[in-house]
Amino acid sequence: MIGTMAQAAPYVGYVYPNETDIPWSVLIVIYPYITGLVAGAFIVSSLFHVFGMAQYKPVARFALLTAVSFMFFVPMPLLLHLGNPQRAFNAVLTPHWTSAMAAFSYVAGFYISLLLLEIWFAFRADIVALSKTTQGPLGTVYRLMTLGSDDVSPRALALDHKFATVLAMIGIPAAGGLHGYVGFLFGSVKAREWWSSDLMPIIFLLSAIVSGIGLLIVLYVVYSRIRKVPVDQACMKGLARTMWAFLLVVLVIEGLELLEMFYKRLEGIDMVQRLIEGPIRYGMMIQWGGSLIVLALLTVLIVFRVEGKALVRGLVISGVGMMIAVLAMRWNVVIGGQELSKTMKGLLVYYPEILSHEGLVAVAIVFTCPFVVLWLITRFLSPWEPEPS
Amino acid sequence: MTQEDKKIEVKGSNLVRRNFFLRMLGIGTACAGTWVGSGNLVARAQSAETAAAAAPKIPDYDWNKHKWAFGVDATRCIGCLRCVEACKAENGVTQDAHHFRTWVERYVYLEGDERAHVDSQSDAQNIAASGSEKEFRFDNRYKDAKVEKAFFVPKLCNHCTHPACVQVCPTGATYQTKDGVVLIDHSYCIGCQYCVQACPYGVREFNHVMGVTDKCTWCYHRITKGLQPACVEVCPVEARVFGDRNDPQSPISAFLRNNRVSVLKPETGNAPNVFYVGIDKEVC
Repeated sequence: MIGTMAQAAPYVGYVYPNETDIPWSVLIVIYPYITGLVAGAFIVSSLFHVFGMAQYKPVARFALLTAVSFMFFVPMPLLLHLGNPQRAFNAVLTPHWTSAMAAFSYVAGFYISLLLLEIWFAFRADIVALSKTTQGPLGTVYRLMTLGSDDVSPRALALDHKFATVLAMIGIPAAGGLHGYVGFLFGSVKAREWWSSDLMPIIFLLSAIVSGIGLLIVLYVVYSRIRKVPVDQACMKGLARTMWAFLLVVLVIEGLELLEMFYKRLEGIDMVQRLIEGPIRYGMMIQWGGSLIVLALLTVLIVFRVEGKALVRGLVISGVGMMIAVLAMRWNVVIGGQELSKTMKGLLVYYPEILSHEGLVAVAIVFTCPFVVLWLITRFLSPWEPEPS
Repeated sequence: MTQEDKKIEVKGSNLVRRNFFLRMLGIGTACAGTWVGSGNLVARAQSAETAAAAAPKIPDYDWNKHKWAFGVDATRCIGCLRCVEACKAENGVTQDAHHFRTWVERYVYLEGDERAHVDSQSDAQNIAASGSEKEFRFDNRYKDAKVEKAFFVPKLCNHCTHPACVQVCPTGATYQTKDGVVLIDHSYCIGCQYCVQACPYGVREFNHVMGVTDKCTWCYHRITKGLQPACVEVCPVEARVFGDRNDPQSPISAFLRNNRVSVLKPETGNAPNVFYVGIDKEVC
């Protein structure tokens, strides 16, 4: 309920009295998760737009629309979480620059502007065509969206392509910055043993890319089914390799971090071990088990040059698997960090609420919105290349 | 309770009624990017960064002339918890077992144990002993045990010289005063709770009615009028010491001069201004 405390977290050992009121709920699990999906989808589009990898062309524009649809809802969980959301602009108008959080609106605002600009250049020819063929209010919208520029000569289109490429090039560090920033938000909290790690930004960024590629694979296959067109095999093979590479690196880095932590055995390590064996046990099993299964599956798909329906099925399973594993990783970090008491003498257990504005239903609604918006956007601006007749 | 506190409480109760509407309005407003009320916020923009530079309007008080600090003599504390009771009453702290501006921890070493058994007044057995979350008592669980060593440790905001909570606040709603106190502007706090995460000592708590973070102010409304913080005032054994470090005759100056003191979690680099005597390595 709004205005009241969620159920106090049960605990074992000794925890500070105020810690039983867990500050960041499941909404803050979904926040870095959604941001990560944006980063991953964007990277795929950049593989085509910047690096010219032609096999990604079928999903390049769709990836941009996916990124922007999810980006629209990145602030949503944060706003729902605030005690005084009506004051959210305080952080924008009077940012306190020593706070990582103060940069959020600027980082997110810059990134969303960049995405919208890139989409405009990538879709300008389509928008001009639609503005000429569509009647009624929708036609007016298309005409407005041309921004008065209806030149679709080869020279103008080449210029569009150049602009889109430059924007995509800026977009790569921006996507890295956006998600690295989220990692910094957690990694810089020295009071939380489980968060305070220099590797946090890089782990967040790499896992974000893996989850985003997973999302794109699933969405691309689903949309292809709906459109009743075959899935592009070369594109799928490329996505499989990209996901495999990023997944491998993130697993190695995360593994090394855990290894170092347990090798150094700094004070409080016993409680960290109990956290992993206790409150986040299932989360860790899903994160690590899921990631390793997907890695094995992708290795099989690549090594044995699997093609056709088997490749698509394998990749959809991998995509869904990675989305679940990375969601578990976000839970393990955000919730796990708060379940480990700052006393290092106790553990708390967080139980999410169901119906409150910070509950699971709210999370489900927030997470459904980008899919609905993406569907609407693709109806409005088709990212697909026309089928060869 | 001071007039200012009453104002805050009235504001709080108004907020309860308006809470749902405001939250929904706020989410809608922010999402749509509407700049409602931005004029007022821009005006605040000029003052927020310099909050610490603009002295509060308190009659006969100059915050440039003081440097407050707090001492805790754990060897004196008897765990009576009057300080906790006084703090809750003085500052209108939420009356349950999960919100405290100050609390007391009990450390007990039993014969043969290497680690201390730790609890506070929030422990379920202690609440059962007091009969209510609004009353505070340590139970008698060690009555028949062979206790080797035991002591109480009062805890409160450390009003750090380099406060991590101030560093992470995205709006500057939490700030450091010239006289060394860390305060929160409740009318400006957005309720993100980043500061709650950042405090290594767990002293920040969230006021769910007002949607803002709260914490010990060393009773700023009292000390700026020449009074002692409520917890110091009621302590029957002078385990809590408060004063002005700029005044060599003040109780805190004498406390720091006459004792070998330590601070909690010095490795965080926060440089706390609550100084302890009589605690050992187990104190977290």
